[in-house]
Amino acid sequence: MIALAFEVLAWVLLSVGAVFTLIGGIGVLRFPDVFTRMHAASVCETLGAFSILLGLCCLGGGGIMIFKLLLILLFLALTNPTSAHALAKAALHDGLRPPVGTRLGKDGE
Amino acid sequence: MIGPLDIALIGIVGTMFLALVRALRGPTLYDRILAVNLFGTKTVLIIAVLSYLDGRDWLDIALVYALINFLAVIAVLKLMQNRTLSQAEPRE
Repeated sequence: MIALAFEVLAWVLLSVGAVFTLIGGIGVLRFPDVFTRMHAASVCETLGAFSILLGLCCLGGGGIMIFKLLLILLFLALTNPTSAHALAKAALHDGLRPPVGTRLGKDGE
Repeated sequence: MIGPLDIALIGIVGTMFLALVRALRGPTLYDRILAVNLFGTKTVLIIAVLSYLDGRDWLDIALVYALINFLAVIAVLKLMQNRTLSQAEPRE
């Protein structure tokens, strides 16, 4: 019974993770400028990575593998926002501004 | 028979392809760095999923790849901001 529950949980978490990573990828491809693309990448990607890693945790595989998966999850949770912040800061320093209040065409033109 | 690992694999590979298209097309440098960062994170996830599919423990490689990806993004951004890697503060 508990094994079945864990398998269903793994199915749900891995499917949700796949859908959210795909949404993040489509957002990175389709959004008009750097800052909106950064938003799509970091938001969807964080949730997608968390769901996939937790789904893998539900599949079991011994304590050491679950420990390593949680370590990867902790590390991604620390570094992903940091690199997004550094990227936004570098883009702002370079003179790029989020185009507020204007309608954009393809690729920000 | 399609398992949950296959669904995760399809999603990750599709996202890697989309990120690659953005890295090739990106109008500014920061689009390319963002896409490469996304690609690296997806590589970490794909190594984790493949280690479950194959039954061997490759999670150490995924952990080291996450570290290297983060360091590479920070180093490239610092290089772009300061035009050098050996300075702590940007030049005036």
